[in-house]
Amino acid sequence: MSATFTKSMARNVFYGGGVFFFLLFLALTFDTMKVLPKRDNSQNITPAVAHGKKLWETNNCIGCHTLLGEGAYFAPELGNVYVRRGPDFIKAWIKGQPTGVPGLRQMPQFNLSDMDIDDLIAFLKYASEIKTNKWPPNIEG
Amino acid sequence: MKYTSQAVAKPYFIAAIALFLGQILFGLIMGLQYVVGDFLFPAIPFNVARMVHTNLLIVWLLFGFMGASYFLVPEESETELYCPKLAIITFWVFLAAGAMTVLGYLLVPYASLAKWTGNDLLNTMGREFLEQPLPTKVGIVLVALSWLFNIVMTVLKGRKTAISLVLSLGMLGLAVFFLFSFYNPVNLVKDKFYWWWVVHLWVEGVWELILGAMLAFVLIKVTGVDREVIEKWLYVIITMTLVTGIIGTGHHYYWIGTPAYWQWWGSIFSALEPIPFFMMTVFAFNMVNKRRREHPNKAAVLWALGTSVMAFLGAGLWGFLHTLAPVNYYAHGTQLTAAHGHLAFYGAYALVVLTMISYAMPILRGRAANPEKAQIMEMWSFWLMTISIFFITLFLTGAGIVQIWLQRISPTPMSFMAVQDQISIFYWAREGAGLVFLIGLLVYICSFFVKGDSRAIE
Repeated sequence: MSATFTKSMARNVFYGGGVFFFLLFLALTFDTMKVLPKRDNSQNITPAVAHGKKLWETNNCIGCHTLLGEGAYFAPELGNVYVRRGPDFIKAWIKGQPTGVPGLRQMPQFNLSDMDIDDLIAFLKYASEIKTNKWPPNIEG
Repeated sequence: MKYTSQAVAKPYFIAAIALFLGQILFGLIMGLQYVVGDFLFPAIPFNVARMVHTNLLIVWLLFGFMGASYFLVPEESETELYCPKLAIITFWVFLAAGAMTVLGYLLVPYASLAKWTGNDLLNTMGREFLEQPLPTKVGIVLVALSWLFNIVMTVLKGRKTAISLVLSLGMLGLAVFFLFSFYNPVNLVKDKFYWWWVVHLWVEGVWELILGAMLAFVLIKVTGVDREVIEKWLYVIITMTLVTGIIGTGHHYYWIGTPAYWQWWGSIFSALEPIPFFMMTVFAFNMVNKRRREHPNKAAVLWALGTSVMAFLGAGLWGFLHTLAPVNYYAHGTQLTAAHGHLAFYGAYALVVLTMISYAMPILRGRAANPEKAQIMEMWSFWLMTISIFFITLFLTGAGIVQIWLQRISPTPMSFMAVQDQISIFYWAREGAGLVFLIGLLVYICSFFVKGDSRAIE
């Protein structure tokens, strides 16, 4: 690098650039928070949904599944599973685990009550109605 | 060793390597579970193995960063560490917290662990990479603050260099952004939005400052190139990191309920994210070519050059591969993401920590460089690990492309599990490459025990 561009100039560009782009990021964040209620389906967050989210977290579902494409890639996407499978299938599925088929991937039995499973399904329904710019590309997730 | 307090780095480095080994063993378990689904079930279900694998990665890298800064800051500041005792106490606290957390994952059902550790007081658990129980999270904050305090106090009482300043800034950012792990709203979109403030702003933001500072330090030492030149490069590189990486966070905001304009912001800025990594490659090779001395530690030079190349490939190239919104629409949440994650973490962060260890460990053991036989073994381990992780990445990339085609593009899309069956050959190949990686790591560990003529310290 040329000698006319000194270290202290480089340092100033670093501070200036860092601060400017962080402020821009904050501005975009502020705008995002403002328009989010139109997209995030938050009007449908009920106590059941909140409890379902907690069950989702405390059973570490994200350790195998993705939700809106984020998580582990070991088991199917669940952001749209409510649409793909429907509530009855999901309930039966959770209750029927593990399948015990030799050699196949196994989902643990979490011993959830019927009410817990209903709340978890309420959470998955809420998640499926978030406006995700039409992701995933098709029903398979 | 110029300052006796630098010795506190040694236990940090040893712990880092031990946890690295643990990470790889759990990686191999998971890799096998991808193809032999019921392997170790129900003793170690996949989600548990994954938590251990990713959490050990984070913890060993943090151990590496801490050890590295306790080694390099006294030398940069030309003074003893502010409080070596605090560094040792912090070490044991962090190691105990880390060990108990991993044991908790392995021995207790996650839901019970959450219940017993106060998750009902403040829900923070069960989110990817932030699975730690509340007490562990609080412990991480305390450890980070103790580390930051010790380093900043050392810098303040001694010489202030660009390297120690950038390192301190990186550490400050690490501590501050981790605080967002305590924010977990019921609103899933907001939860995900701020989750990235920890995950993305760590690995594609402030951690890169730490990476740059560590690499610059080692390059000054092994090449003897003028500090002014190297520090100028450092500033330019990390400027580009922040300019591209902060708004680049937008590449995570395409499909999680956030406004569509993020597709533009995210695509444009994250497409520029390879630039700082490319500059890092040019920088490292330039400095080594212009070297004014032949440092006896050849292995350290290899690790440093390797970091610059593999970080560019993993973080830069493989990141770019799926970062543009129209591509990401199909690639999001597939094995392609896993491919990128593996090469990026290895290339940027695992390698820079191993670079620091390679440079510092002989000095901590009272010599400028290891005996030639030990260095040759170390270089073998570099090539074994680097080539095998590259193959892991290639196999996962292949798996990802076929997965995207069969599940998301083909006119007759297959279900997730049916596709997984179709791509099992890639998973088998990945597991094989993983075994070679393990061999490389074992060779690396053995290299510390090779005896021979060691050159006296300068």
